[in-house]
Amino acid sequence: MSAREEILGRVRAALADGPEVPTAAVPRRTPDGSVDVVTLFCERVADYRASVERCSAAELPERLRAAVAGERVVVPTDLDLDVPGSVVDDALSTDVLSAAELDALDAVVTRARLGIAETGTIVLDHGPGQGRRAITLVPDHHVCVVDASQVVADVPDAFDALDASRPLTWISGPSATSDIELDRVEGVHGPRHLHVIVVT
Amino acid sequence: MSATFVGMPAFPTAARAALADTQLRHNLTHATHTIRDKRARVVAELPEWEELRTAGAATKDRALLTLDEQLVRLEESLTSRGAVVHWARDADEACRIVADVAQAHGVDEVVKVKSMATQEIGLNEALAAEGIAAWETDLAELIVQLGDDLPSHILVPAIHRNRAEIREIFRRRMAASGRPAPDDLTDDPGELANAARLHLREKFLRARVGVSGANFAVAETGTLVVVESEGNGRMCLTLPEVLISVVGIEKVVPTWRDLDVLLRLLPRSSTGERMNPYTSMWHGVTPGDGPQEVHVVLLDNGRSHALADQVGRQALRCIRCSACLNVCPVYERVGGHAYGSVYPGPIGAILNPLLKGVGSDPQVDSLPYASSLCGACYEVCPVKIDIPSVLVDLRAQVVDAHRDRRVPKPEAVSMRAAAWTLSDSRRLARAERISGRAGRWLTRLAGLPGPGRRWTSARDLPAPPRESFRAWWLRTRRRGSRS
Ligand code: SF4
Repeated sequence: MSAREEILGRVRAALADGPEVPTAAVPRRTPDGSVDVVTLFCERVADYRASVERCSAAELPERLRAAVAGERVVVPTDLDLDVPGSVVDDALSTDVLSAAELDALDAVVTRARLGIAETGTIVLDHGPGQGRRAITLVPDHHVCVVDASQVVADVPDAFDALDASRPLTWISGPSATSDIELDRVEGVHGPRHLHVIVVT
Repeated sequence: MSATFVGMPAFPTAARAALADTQLRHNLTHATHTIRDKRARVVAELPEWEELRTAGAATKDRALLTLDEQLVRLEESLTSRGAVVHWARDADEACRIVADVAQAHGVDEVVKVKSMATQEIGLNEALAAEGIAAWETDLAELIVQLGDDLPSHILVPAIHRNRAEIREIFRRRMAASGRPAPDDLTDDPGELANAARLHLREKFLRARVGVSGANFAVAETGTLVVVESEGNGRMCLTLPEVLISVVGIEKVVPTWRDLDVLLRLLPRSSTGERMNPYTSMWHGVTPGDGPQEVHVVLLDNGRSHALADQVGRQALRCIRCSACLNVCPVYERVGGHAYGSVYPGPIGAILNPLLKGVGSDPQVDSLPYASSLCGACYEVCPVKIDIPSVLVDLRAQVVDAHRDRRVPKPEAVSMRAAAWTLSDSRRLARAERISGRAGRWLTRLAGLPGPGRRWTSARDLPAPPRESFRAWWLRTRRRGSRS
């Protein structure tokens, strides 16, 4: 018998008592009108010791330039923002940047798919303006531009909006560890500096 | 190479050794209390927490009680997304599959994300025997691996090591497996983390094969999920050409939407954060992004045995948050190693006997007794596993398994007495009330006289709680909190 048949057979035998399958409602909080989700999002992102700033669309180019001043920057090929002097990564081209080449760069600028206020999370689905997964991982500084309209209140709202068929990266603050005496240290392998710019 | 748990002494013996280690106890107390406090703060932020727990338990039960259907569906979804699905009856078979894939690519090393399943099957040792080095990339796992040590906590495997010890391990051992630690390394946690970053980065950049587990596997979509903090997971899942994920069959959830509840429960319950730094979700192969060859090994290794236990099967709901370890008075005192398994603490005390079966290994049979049945584990469990009830049921099973022996072992006698007390809810209630009352005067429980002494003399028990779990339960439930 194949391993597959044997395991499925054991599982069926284990459930031969015909247990009743339970159901339970999934709780969802009704939005509290007094809370501004964009403000909450900024606070919660900052709680992880990420840098957060808010600006208008008109201010964005200058803010971006300041955020990556003096750094060697990579951007995804379809980024709709102007980052002077940046290297462009095209995931589907033949001369895609190697991991070592990415490691030689300092920063990456991307957009996001959405932001979650309750948890201070940005979610990338690696669609337009976000690039393949490696570019937001290897450089040490990630600058992520989130439009205020992309911020949702809570995790269930994110699941309403996200496409299950895409690879997803949920990012809540910079890379961190508490493995040494439970002392939180920001920055291990992922970007040690996360900078979120919220455009309102 | 990390050590293994094979041949560990039974819990009472191992616990006695651990109790004598004051450094260990100091580290553990500090660590478990820190996480407990953080967890309590972020859990209190969610008024819907109790409903979430109920929903989390139902979600996992829905998967487990229709597991055959879910597994077939998961296989279809994964295959349609370009993944190769393997099935492994046991540890040997799973290790063989991983080694074969690695060898097919001619590699002599793989990079690994922290994974309980691969520890459970002894993958690193199996790969080493084939001449393949498996580099652990989680900081705590790296500390354990370099220190030739054993993990002692699900979430923080090096919880038993302090910063000075970690510095020594890095200084002495890093050079043998790659980039050495900086000469001027101090014991500042930031510097230690940076030394790990430098040491591992060259491995990430060159690795061709990555190995992971998964926190969840979605039958409907073929999504695998890895929840982590450091970014080492993302490195292993993204940079190599080939990815092999070893996934216990109990990790399956029916639908994509089920992740909503579980991702609201896990980080708060585990590290005490609103969300963990990184969660990766992927589905087989994504063209132009990440590994272009993806293998998934579906692992049984005793899970179907646990599923057949009508009381114990709820243990398979476990999402490995480790909250039960952090509140357990027994764990706090003896640490993780005394359980002799990669699954320590209250969940380990039920999961190991359920996976392996009782009656053949004294070490496994001693585990259901590694508890004072205070009920704190049940109270914190995000998927409401009633660990005390499963412990009591397993104790009875152990007693039954030993019943035929003509000369009972002392342990079996005390087990029988315990089973007698614990198998009847009124007796249990009485015993708990008595110990709760006595606790106001006693600071430490004296050892049991007679045949039970050998067992209790190893347990430096905390004073019994002022209020028994049952009394607390009745009181708080009457106040209207949800069950
Ligand atoms: S048994 Fe519950 S509390 Fe313990 S690790 Fe598993 S999910 Fe967490």
